[in-house]
Amino acid sequence: MKLIKANAADGRVIAGGQSLVAAMNFRLARPDVLIDLNGVKELDFIEETPGELVIGAMTRHAAFHKPVCDGPLGRLLSKVVPNIAHYPIRNRGTFGGSLCHADPASEWCVVAATLDATMKIGSAEGDREVPAADFFRGSFTTAVEPGEILVAIRLPKLDAGWGTGFYEYSRRKGDFALAMALTALRVEGGAISAARVGLGGVADHGKRMADLEAALVGKPATAETFAEVGKLASTLVSPYGDIHGSAEYRRDLTATVVARALAEAADEATA
Amino acid sequence: MTETRDITLDVNGKRHALSVEPRKNLADALRDDCGLTGTHVGCEHGVCGACTVLVDGRAVRSCLMFAVQAEGTAIETVEGLASEDGELHPLQQAFWDKHGLQCGFCTPGFLMLAVGALRENPEMTDVEIRELVSSNLCRCTGYQNILTAVRAAADVMRAGTNG
Ligand SMILES: Cc1cc2nc3c(=O)[nH]c(=O)nc-3n(C[C@H](O)[C@H](O)[C@H](O)COP(=O)(O)OP(=O)(O)OC[C@H]3O[C@@H](n4cnc5c(N)ncnc54)[C@H](O)[C@@H]3O)c2cc1C
Ligand code: FES
Ligand code: FES
Repeated sequence: MKLIKANAADGRVIAGGQSLVAAMNFRLARPDVLIDLNGVKELDFIEETPGELVIGAMTRHAAFHKPVCDGPLGRLLSKVVPNIAHYPIRNRGTFGGSLCHADPASEWCVVAATLDATMKIGSAEGDREVPAADFFRGSFTTAVEPGEILVAIRLPKLDAGWGTGFYEYSRRKGDFALAMALTALRVEGGAISAARVGLGGVADHGKRMADLEAALVGKPATAETFAEVGKLASTLVSPYGDIHGSAEYRRDLTATVVARALAEAADEATA
Repeated sequence: MTETRDITLDVNGKRHALSVEPRKNLADALRDDCGLTGTHVGCEHGVCGACTVLVDGRAVRSCLMFAVQAEGTAIETVEGLASEDGELHPLQQAFWDKHGLQCGFCTPGFLMLAVGALRENPEMTDVEIRELVSSNLCRCTGYQNILTAVRAAADVMRAGTNG
């Protein structure tokens, strides 16, 4: 932490290097000093408490290939992880690195935003905690200030009644997604009693969508509801267009990924 | 920024004493400083996979790691696959037999990718192999023969360890 403080002005930390070194190879990033977190074993851990999963910032993506805890959360994380890049990149890239890099299409950022994670940020002065709603500030921008590092992520568990869904579309397997949706539903007597919905790739950062959640509660868990809420989602986002897809195309995709992720969550919740 | 650091890398069980800039990536250090040019460099940003090597048994992109970060790890490259007497590794033999290569530029990366993955999970299904092979790029083969080769090698390797 002292090293990080001393180099706050011109230093960067390196985690998996799967975004940073790529940027450095392009000479997009040229840090003067790199502080390597790979030797800091205390940051590579997964801890389970009764209500939470606590993930050390240096936990590699690959750690989630098999469920890391019982119940919907462990299953959800293992469903999401194959969508992140490719196997060799998952062997090296980290959960904390993804959150700090804060790509608009980062799967882990959508998980953190949708499930209301709390980020533990450390510095030579001590630790502070920041909820996901205040952590993501914009594309590639977070609440982590120079001289600070992300230490751990606290994810609230979902109890057994929840079903979860995740769906993303990318041009080629392993590419950053053009649109993705993460959902969690509780279904009682055919009707939706609680909902979580988050989107990625279609805004400046991954976001929890309270309006979509409100639109779901009380409705029947049917394909019609999911299509309708998907359509609503497409009107609420204002994606940017680039060579991978126009804004209009991404808006249409939003409707599709939301509907598909909702159907998956409903299936799981009623299974 | 031309200061160098003295490091020792353990590559295929042999120790290499090098003096490298901290900025030098592992792929370049293997090629330029260790003289092991089997590891190829295509894109330098993690996409093509030509530079895939094993670090402590796990397949990683050597273009996205600095050589200084690999000190103290066990590195394996394509040069370490065949045995001393020249007998090919089952994966190399299968790539040969099933025409899993044409120009060969991508081949070391695919071999190391598959070696790492099959070591972690010797029971890979066809779907898992397809997913795995999507990690790397090949401009020649159309991938089908690579899939066939990895499948065949997986079966040979499993038979070898069981029997
Ligand atoms: C070909 C390819 C495809 C990819 N596809 C995807 C994809 O589909 N989805 C996806 O989400 N990602 C994808 N990635 C990115 C990958 O997931 C990275 O691993 C991730 O974005 C960054 O994690 P890292 O550990 O490698 O961080 P690094 O690259 O080491 O660091 C990234 C940034 O975060 C900072 N940082 C890292 N850790 C900390 C910390 N603990 N505290 C403070 N700052 C920190 C660094 O200083 C740097 O600015 C892809 C990468 C490649 C090369
Ligand atoms: S050169 Fe490393 S992935 Fe292309
Ligand atoms: S054989 Fe030529 S790139 Fe794969």
